[in-house]
Parts: sequence; structure tokens; C-alpha cells
Amino acid sequence: MPRYEIRFGGFGGQGIVTMAVVLGEAISLVEKKECVQTQSYGPEARGGATKSELVIDDVEVDYPKVQAPDVFVAMSRAAYLEYIDGLKDDGILIIDEDLVEIEGDLPDGIKIYKIPATRIADTEIGVKQATNIVMLGALTAITGIVTPEGLKQQIVERWPRFKETNLKALELGLKAGREAVPFSA
Amino acid sequence: MPERVMFTMGDIACAEGALSAGARYFGGYPITPATEIAEWMSKRMPEVGGAYVQYEDEIASITSVIGASWTGVKSMTATSGPGVSLMLESVGLAVMTETPLVIVNIMRGGPSTGQPTRGQQGDIMQAKWGSHGDYQIIALTPASVQEMFDQTVQAFNLSEKFRTPVFVLADETVGHMRERLVIPDEKDLKLEYRKLPTVDPSEYLPFKADDDLVPPMGLFGSKYQFYATGLTHDERGYPSDKENVQIELVTRLNDKILKNSDQIIDLERFMLDDAKIAVISYGTPSRSAKKAIRDAREEGIKVGMLRLKTVWPFPEEQVAQLASEVDHIIVAEQNLGQVYYMVKAYASPTPVHLMAKPAGMPQLPHEILDKIKEIKSI
Repeated sequence: MPRYEIRFGGFGGQGIVTMAVVLGEAISLVEKKECVQTQSYGPEARGGATKSELVIDDVEVDYPKVQAPDVFVAMSRAAYLEYIDGLKDDGILIIDEDLVEIEGDLPDGIKIYKIPATRIADTEIGVKQATNIVMLGALTAITGIVTPEGLKQQIVERWPRFKETNLKALELGLKAGREAVPFSA
Repeated sequence: MPERVMFTMGDIACAEGALSAGARYFGGYPITPATEIAEWMSKRMPEVGGAYVQYEDEIASITSVIGASWTGVKSMTATSGPGVSLMLESVGLAVMTETPLVIVNIMRGGPSTGQPTRGQQGDIMQAKWGSHGDYQIIALTPASVQEMFDQTVQAFNLSEKFRTPVFVLADETVGHMRERLVIPDEKDLKLEYRKLPTVDPSEYLPFKADDDLVPPMGLFGSKYQFYATGLTHDERGYPSDKENVQIELVTRLNDKILKNSDQIIDLERFMLDDAKIAVISYGTPSRSAKKAIRDAREEGIKVGMLRLKTVWPFPEEQVAQLASEVDHIIVAEQNLGQVYYMVKAYASPTPVHLMAKPAGMPQLPHEILDKIKEIKSI
């Protein structure tokens, strides 16, 4: 696969950086693809706008940051407004539908998926902190950028204490992603 | 320890590189974007039998590193530009007392406290000229997570071999990006350790250099008794205000770096063989340049890059040689021009064009590509 770029945006505390890291670990260590993860955040510990990015390639990644994302996962309104620019005209936009509304004009070719990740984590798992894993599951089902098995292996290895919660979150996210119907703006 | 593979950030690769190089003392004061080095060391140093001390500030940190090194322990600190500003007085002390140590500077936006979470390459000249007096420094500029490991090992090797402080100058992007890191088996690493004296203590001259211009280092607490001072000193270590002692000492301290520069300078030649335009870059902007050069080559433009993996001592001869091979040189760096002025000095009369970017995002590949096209059309 040629260079593929993923951007995650949200607010500090949602696990925006962590989701890119665990996905990067799965892609790099489990599936042995070339991958670079970067992030950008302000000085605040919680609440500030956060962006985290992954660049995946068949060959060594040269420029390490995202230029025009193939996928943008938006988990807050502020992050959506700040980071939507640059998304490819035929790109994929995944939003947490309870936190983000589509604002402004988007190219017709963009496929939009609405995933209620925070709601699923809160009501179906009872652990809001699992929101990012739900979203990673949805991303995996929608894009196929990593195999569910590879991601699962890395999630279990990274957080053995939270295995049960995370695997439930991953399953629900994969299901939400498979069932989500894309629409255009 | 056998080979290990991690997906981790440059800061942590740097810390692991130091540990693999044999560093067993870290004295520091955490600062964004170098905090992860201190954090990782606070956990790992005790595990390997080393010591981690967090001080009240950067001045205490660097002086503790000097002291620790004199006991024979490979020692380091890690900070960012504002911290280096506070350490500079002691960088001079380390140069003058010929103390091996490593200072990691994960460069952020400046001047002053600047932009803590955004990267820049504004501290290139600070590393060279920050402390007073005539001296040379060694500074390495990694561009990937793996190089953060490899070049930190190299920084320790050079500091030990030449008994001198060595900077690792990484921009924030390199410090904070995550990539696959392969930590080699310890037995596969070539490590240097400072020369120790072998003469009888009664005959020991602590600052009498060998042919390589580096004196064997007696250690604090060993059978050798001597005086180490920041004052100009003779071979016995005694302070002196004589002109010849000053000239001899300062000349030797400079020459031990300059005359051994072929052992220090590390460059990557990328697609340069038939190039008419050369980009000179280092750190993250060099990765943008690689992409730009690949794209330009697809359009038939003969362009390549000289990537500096070390900026100090400056590769004077190599830049002069390059200038004789190409029609134009573009310097792409994440500042308003620092290495640019050095390139200009040695590339003359070949025209040198600066592509400056004094902000957190490095030059984008398409921006460098545009610059290459602009220069080609001249």
C-alpha cells in the first residue's frame, strides 16, 4: 500500500495520542509495516486541542507528519474545526456524532461515518475511558488499515489489566464500524 | 541484554542509547520537550544500577554531571534550549577541564521560553558559541528514532574518546515522534571508554596529552591526586597566567577536535552523484527534503542532499567539495538561518539559498520542491 495518512483530533484527556500510539504499535510491531506517529498539543494537561497522526507506508517514511489525511477521526468540535482542512477530497471522515456536527462545506467525495463512541463506552461498557478503543475498532472496520487480530494482540499486550474492558470496547467499535453507513455532506 | 524492538519516541530511544552506551548517571531538571528522557531515566537508571538525580535547576544538574564524570561514570543530562542557556557556563568548565559528558538538547521554539511544545532548530549556534572563550564542540543531529539511539551511543563514544562535552541536538519532532526502534544486543555495540593513566602517581601529569592530543584521565577518588580547574592550567593542572600556557592549552583543546574531525563528522549523501542542485539539511527538515528530492527526480530534476548527521565540527571540506560539484546549494533548516552562514562561508563562490522556517512545523515537502524548481529556473 502506498503512503497512507491518518489524523486523530480531540481534546486532552480523551486518549487521542494513545489511540495513535497503540495503532502504530500494532502496525509497526505486529504487522511489521513502516509507520511514524507524531502529535501536537498545547501546554495544558487536560482540555486543550490535541492532534495525533500516523503515516503508514510500504517503504521507509520520509516526511513524518501528515500532509493530506486519507482519514480524519474527529472527537471534539474544536478539533474538527481546526483540523478538517486538508482532508483528501475522497477521504474518510469519522466523527463521534454526539460531540461533533458537520459544519462548513465539505467536498462531495468525502465519506462521513458517524460513530457514537463516547455513548457506547459510557452506556454499553460503563467505562468512558474506553471511548478511544471503541473508536479504534470502528476505524479498523471502516478502513482495514490494520487487522482486528493485530490490533487486539497489541491492546492486550499493552494493557493486560484492562483486557476485558478493552476487548469489549474493541468488539463494540468493530461492530459499530461495520454497521455504519457512509454519507456525503 | 539481547536485541529488543520497540515502537517508541525519540526521547526514549535517546535514553536507551545512553544506557546501552554505559551511562550510569543522569542529573537533570525536566523540561518540555525533553521531559520524557528524564522520566524514562528515573525508572531505568535504578534498574541498571545507575543513579538518577533531579536537581533544583539546570545549573546544579550540569555541575553534578561534571562531578559524576570525574568519578569515572559515563554521565549525561537532557534539557531544551532554555535549560542549555543556564548550563552554558559549565559547558565551558567541562571543555576546559576536559570532562567527558553528553548534553541532549531537544530543541523547541525560542528565544526565551518560546514555544515549549513546538519544535525548532534555533540552538545550533548556541551549542557552538554559547560559552565564552575559544573552544570547539561536537554536536550530533539525528533525524529519526533509530538515529536518536545510535547517535546517543556515538555521542558518548566521542565524549569519552576526546574527553569533551558532546551535544545531541534534536528538534522536537524527532524527540517526540514514534517509530520502530531496534536496540542491538550489547555485545554488538562498539563502546569507547576514556584513557586512564598507567604511570606511577608520582609521575602523573593530569593535562599532558598523548599524540592524539587527549590526556589520560585520572579519576576523583583514585590513587592519582591532582587539581582540575577552569583557570588556564599547565600540564600539572596548576593555574598559570603565562602567555605560552594559555596559547598551548587553548590551541590543543581546539585541535583535539579539529584535527580529529574525520573521526567525528558524519554525513549522508543522498542522490548527489549527478546532482546540479544540492540541498543541505538536518533533523526533521531533511526528511521533508528527501520527499521533495524524490518528487523532483521524478520530474527529471537533478537534485540531491547532503544530510548533516553532525553539525559541529562543521564539515568545511565536504561542503567546499560539494560546492565544486553543483551549481546551487539550498540550505533548509528550521530557523532563520544558522548552518546557512557556515555553508555560505565554505561554498563560495557557489550560490547558497536559504530556506528558513522559524516555527514548529518543518518545511513541507512541496515547499522544498517549489524552492528546488525556483532555483532550477535561475
